[in-house]
Amino acid sequence: MAPSSKELSAGRPVSGRPDVSASARPGRRLSVAWLYLAPAGLLLGAFLVYPTISTIVLSFTDPLSGQFVGLKNYTYLFTSQQTLTVFRNNLLWLFLFTSATVTLGLLLAVLTNHVRYEAVAKAVIFVPMAVSFTAAAVIWRFMYIYQPATFAQTGVMNALVTALGGDPVAWITNRNVNNFALITSGIWMWTGFALVVVSAGLKGIPSEIIEAARVDGANERQIFWFIILPMLRSVLLVVSVTLIINSLKVFDLVYVMTFGNYDTDVLANRMFKEMFTFGNFGRASAVAVVLLAAILPLALFNLRRFRREQ
Amino acid sequence: MATAEAPATTANAPTTNTGRLARAVSRGPLHVLIIAVCLAWMIPTLGLFVSSFREGSDIATSGWWTALSSPSTLNLENYRQVLFTQGMARSFLNSLIIAVPATLLTILVAALAAYAFSWIEFRGREALFLLVVALLVVPLQLTLIPVLRMYATVGLTGTFTGMWIAHVAYGLPFAVFLLRNFFIALPKDLLESAFLEGASHFTAFWRIVVPLSVPALAALGIFQFLWVWNDLLIALVYLGGSATVAPMTVTISNLVNSFGGAWQLLTAAAFISVTLPLLIFFALQRYFVEGILAGAVKG
Repeated sequence: MAPSSKELSAGRPVSGRPDVSASARPGRRLSVAWLYLAPAGLLLGAFLVYPTISTIVLSFTDPLSGQFVGLKNYTYLFTSQQTLTVFRNNLLWLFLFTSATVTLGLLLAVLTNHVRYEAVAKAVIFVPMAVSFTAAAVIWRFMYIYQPATFAQTGVMNALVTALGGDPVAWITNRNVNNFALITSGIWMWTGFALVVVSAGLKGIPSEIIEAARVDGANERQIFWFIILPMLRSVLLVVSVTLIINSLKVFDLVYVMTFGNYDTDVLANRMFKEMFTFGNFGRASAVAVVLLAAILPLALFNLRRFRREQ
Repeated sequence: MATAEAPATTANAPTTNTGRLARAVSRGPLHVLIIAVCLAWMIPTLGLFVSSFREGSDIATSGWWTALSSPSTLNLENYRQVLFTQGMARSFLNSLIIAVPATLLTILVAALAAYAFSWIEFRGREALFLLVVALLVVPLQLTLIPVLRMYATVGLTGTFTGMWIAHVAYGLPFAVFLLRNFFIALPKDLLESAFLEGASHFTAFWRIVVPLSVPALAALGIFQFLWVWNDLLIALVYLGGSATVAPMTVTISNLVNSFGGAWQLLTAAAFISVTLPLLIFFALQRYFVEGILAGAVKG
């Protein structure tokens, strides 16, 4: 924006003197702004702008020699059995985690809207958002404890399964169920977020519209499908996109619960492994770039929407 | 953004006692469902909490729910052990040492930049602000390797200073975005009349903008504090495995690796780490929820 506002320029800290002409000293004007922007600018440049470019460059090089290797790191990612499992898992997270969390959040928002203890119920479900993923991982590992069938089950999940007559399940190591078990812990953490955002959207629907529909003879189900749901469309979209971004970046839960073993690895944890277990910075960079490419359109979408709402 | 404590709305409230009763009965399933979900949501944390007071041998042989009928077996021994033998006391302190300055510095640096973006006119302001906002979409992972190399060169790995700077930098795009949106909505007349009376930007910032923005600064502060407090990735990468500087998240993840079955230690350690976030949540619920909701756009 070009400097045009006289009122503002009059008060610049130029030794307290009123400005004679706003356009006369653009250099001074700029220097004041820079004083305020410099700390943030330096940090952003050193920790976000430069490293991002550097990582993209690094993803096309061989980690040891520093030689340019073209797409080699990427072809490895998209052909190796191990990393294909990583992609599969992130897709599982993306679809299951997002759909379950949004559905639960929506359902609970509509249900709690009808009771007097709404605030308490919402607080209870929101609490896991305060807990670190690390603590949540411990909490859920504890939920999933497995004891052989002849012993007493000490984990809640297996106590439930055996109480219902089933055999105890090795939730963490059994490859048929472990990804779902991890995703469940993610759903537990994030449902409160979806609930509170959707609930806010719900309160924003004018009650006259719903009353009018009732007067016209619509039942609760029709009101939900034909009025509430369409009017919540944009809120649900923002929540879904936010959750998808988080499903792509999921790290701590997997790192602490399995370290990506037993076929539960995900992109962010794989990058960590490439860095510190295998010491392959080229491949680690390629994983990070794939992550960026996946997140970029979603994050831009969310930002545009967010800015419009401001 | 609305908060979790928005009032419950009751459509067409019944007026007679019989009507109220009939309504309560017909809505029985609704109450049962909501309460069941709430219980299900509390069980994981409750199990952690109860187990943290049980003996290791008890935890290994019976479910934590059995302790509810014999509370006399519960004691604080696990906490003593994990705090003083396993280093959680040191880690708690480390978490504080990392999170408090990182939060305050983020707010300060972001507020200065947000002020410039809101109330100082300069060429390219919008474009520069867009650039900052665009950085919101960059996943942290993209920056780890170059920053780690940079840190290794200048000797910032394994230091609190390194953690402070990194957390401030990573927190900035969101913090600047949030504060700028708040600052720019402040009453224009107020600032303009202050400028006309000769107030400098420095005065306007400290005397007008900051005091008027306490709600936004508080929401940001809580969000950033929790983000740093709960962070595992950045600490793992930039601090390494050194126990003397490890925050609680790192110590807990190390405990899981080395004592995966020692639940008396793990449960106590995990519960220690969630006490502060839970206190903040219950004491400052409104700011907490606002901070989390606003922070959801963070990259």
